[in-house]
Amino acid sequence: MTVSNDASDLKATTGAQGATGAKLSALFAGTMGPLIGLVLLCLALTLTTDTFLTVRNILNVLDQITVLGIMAIGMTLVILIGGIDLSVGSVLALASMVMGFVAHPDYLNLGLPAGIAAALFVAGLCGLVSGLLVTLTKLPPFIATLAMMSVARGLANMITDGSQIVGFSDWFTNLSIIRHFGFLSVTVGLMIVLAIIFAIFLNYRATGRSLYAIGGSAEVARLSGIPVKSLTNWVYAICGVLAGLAGIVLAARLDSVQPSSGLGYELDTIAAVVIGGASLSGGVGSIGGTTVGVLIIGVLRNGLNLLGVSPFIQQVVIGVVIALAVATDTWRRRAQ
Amino acid sequence: MSPDPRQSESPHNGLFVNGLCKSYGPVQVLADASFEVRPGEVVALLGENGAGKSTVSNIIAGATKSDAGSIIWRGKPYSPANPAAAIEAGVGMIHQELKLLPDLSVAENVYVGRLPMRGGRIDRATMNAKASAQLKRLGLDVSPERMVRTLRIAAQQQVEIAKALTLNAELLIFDEPTAALGGEETELLFQQIRKLKAEGMSFIYISHRLDEIAQIADRVVVMRDGRIVARHERADVSVRTVVEQMVGRSVERMFPTLSPPGTDTLLEVENLSSPERSFNDVSFSVKSGEILGIAGLIGAGRTELVRAIAGADPISSGSVRVGGQPVHLSGPAAAIKAGVVLVPEDRKAQGVVLDQTIGENLAFGNFDHVAPKGWVFPKAVQKFAEAGISRLGVKGRPNQAVSKLSGGNQQKVIIAKWVSRPPKVFILDEPTRGIDVGARAAIYDVIADLARSGMAVVVVSSDLEEVLGLSHRVLVLSRGRQRGILERSEASNVAVMELATS
Repeated sequence: MTVSNDASDLKATTGAQGATGAKLSALFAGTMGPLIGLVLLCLALTLTTDTFLTVRNILNVLDQITVLGIMAIGMTLVILIGGIDLSVGSVLALASMVMGFVAHPDYLNLGLPAGIAAALFVAGLCGLVSGLLVTLTKLPPFIATLAMMSVARGLANMITDGSQIVGFSDWFTNLSIIRHFGFLSVTVGLMIVLAIIFAIFLNYRATGRSLYAIGGSAEVARLSGIPVKSLTNWVYAICGVLAGLAGIVLAARLDSVQPSSGLGYELDTIAAVVIGGASLSGGVGSIGGTTVGVLIIGVLRNGLNLLGVSPFIQQVVIGVVIALAVATDTWRRRAQ
Repeated sequence: MSPDPRQSESPHNGLFVNGLCKSYGPVQVLADASFEVRPGEVVALLGENGAGKSTVSNIIAGATKSDAGSIIWRGKPYSPANPAAAIEAGVGMIHQELKLLPDLSVAENVYVGRLPMRGGRIDRATMNAKASAQLKRLGLDVSPERMVRTLRIAAQQQVEIAKALTLNAELLIFDEPTAALGGEETELLFQQIRKLKAEGMSFIYISHRLDEIAQIADRVVVMRDGRIVARHERADVSVRTVVEQMVGRSVERMFPTLSPPGTDTLLEVENLSSPERSFNDVSFSVKSGEILGIAGLIGAGRTELVRAIAGADPISSGSVRVGGQPVHLSGPAAAIKAGVVLVPEDRKAQGVVLDQTIGENLAFGNFDHVAPKGWVFPKAVQKFAEAGISRLGVKGRPNQAVSKLSGGNQQKVIIAKWVSRPPKVFILDEPTRGIDVGARAAIYDVIADLARSGMAVVVVSSDLEEVLGLSHRVLVLSRGRQRGILERSEASNVAVMELATS
């Protein structure tokens, strides 16, 4: 089937579902390809395993994707403006170590709220510094965030000289364990709320729309009176904060923090955003698409586990999926 | 008109193009194209965008294959499989976008792919000496060891020509060679073409600048919709005749009649200078309803001046007042807020986001109108876009990608973006660059309408006819200095060029 970016065509194909269908299709506009892929993947796993399509397993998948999902939101913004952030994995580790150091009884013992605030502050600062390196010193984002990736990882290790911090209050770990209303943990809820907030921001706020202008052409945006530099700084800072938040969620899930956590997460995050239809050259992408990208990676990992496929083969499969997803997208665009 | 070359009784040793056809799917872009180029002759190939000039050149240069038809070159059938085969046969093409390697030296660019070797190593001494000789032949005094990136566009083009000469080209195809050149540089290029012509080289010359044709071409071939519609044996045909043949209808007039300007002074520029000295101590004012043209050679500082007034580049000293109020030019946003808008020089890189819709492009820069509380609703964007589209007569729908529009319609989108604010000062830099001759009149009408609605309009253009035809007054810049402001009655080709070259 051919899928057009043209909103009216999309409406025509989903017209039977009425107004809600049309709105949904607008939310996922341009991400029909990945969405179809996700549906096919779920169908295949439902047919080949007994356990995939169970409430318990679906909730598991949601739990497993929270860290990736939260980071991918920030990465979507960065990639939308034509940037890239390689530091999110390291910033995640640094933020979680800061939280542990500030909160844990063995160290500063200032309590978890202070620890969380400090973690988010440091993470935001890391992002802001990356942003300033891009806007003020004109470093390419790849280099600026590569530098930040190394710095943040080093700082994370320096805090405890490389050792982990274990054991937090029950209420904190319960955030990712207790399922309110029978299904929704606080961490999963947080991810969903953030996704909705940022989807609304990107679709319906002038500032959000401006990010598409910056990614499409920074010079056009600047000449249109859009404050390109300050928005770029903000985007990197927000990406940092979200990476920090992901670090806190990971700490709650593991009941520990370690400086080596989040290794390679930046690549998973970029992969999720790109599978979701975003263009690395900027200007194209959406939270809807990224959500689909995160779900594809999450479902794929979960499904391969259920099928008993070794983690090594899983890496190969995910690599193939990235190449396939982006290649089909490129072919489709060229065909139009 | 010349006889059809297929019936030509006096074959020469040049190029015969016979009945070339080319289709992409159902679209025929070239239909039965036939013409000839004699040795030592410049044939101008004219036509609007999409007329088939590029297709026919690409076939001759080996970049595209024809579906039907044949070419005879130097007495033999000729059908190059690729550009390398064409070069081998002595046919070269100088593209509008130069194809050089910016971080290699001039000599390396000239000999890339066939670097002279000695003992398994590149023989730099020979390479530099040979490249130097070719550059001298073109009258170009640059070191063969210089990085191409550091050369001006005009000099880079000469490197391409030098490369073609070392490849022993006997037919050179020029695709809009002067699009990025100033007057002096154009004259230098013409001198070189005349010199090479005298040595027996042939040229196919594609250009949108019709005033050049009489200067450089021996014969003219006009194309429209993939067909050759006219062949002129001499190049001194009137521009109007050629334009009418290109657009396929009679052209009533190019330029609109101007209404007299109002009395309020809307833009006052005083002693403005740039930090890089690209313009110095410029002062002028523009009244409401008035169109001020800015003329000058490339590098005179025209674009830099208007960009600074629009807040796009910093200034070092001087002041700008809009409607009597001083404007602090901290950036484009401040200028837009004060009522100064710019339609920039490079439409595709600075004017529109190509991959996004007309609606989005119109909304960028107008969020204060479209989204007064910061909320952007698709319906509001749609409504705003429809208003802009109908006001400017853009041929397109709000949800259509801007990349699918013609150059003229893209330009209208950029004008539409600003027109509803409404601005006090409307600056247009090269408003018709790369736009079909037939579509230019519509842009001129739009510009005259902007003035008529009470704005102060500033138009920068390299096309002298355009500046003269469109302006109440003409400010002439030369090497960053203001050489004078001419009233419409005293502004002529000669008067402007005298000031521009002073």
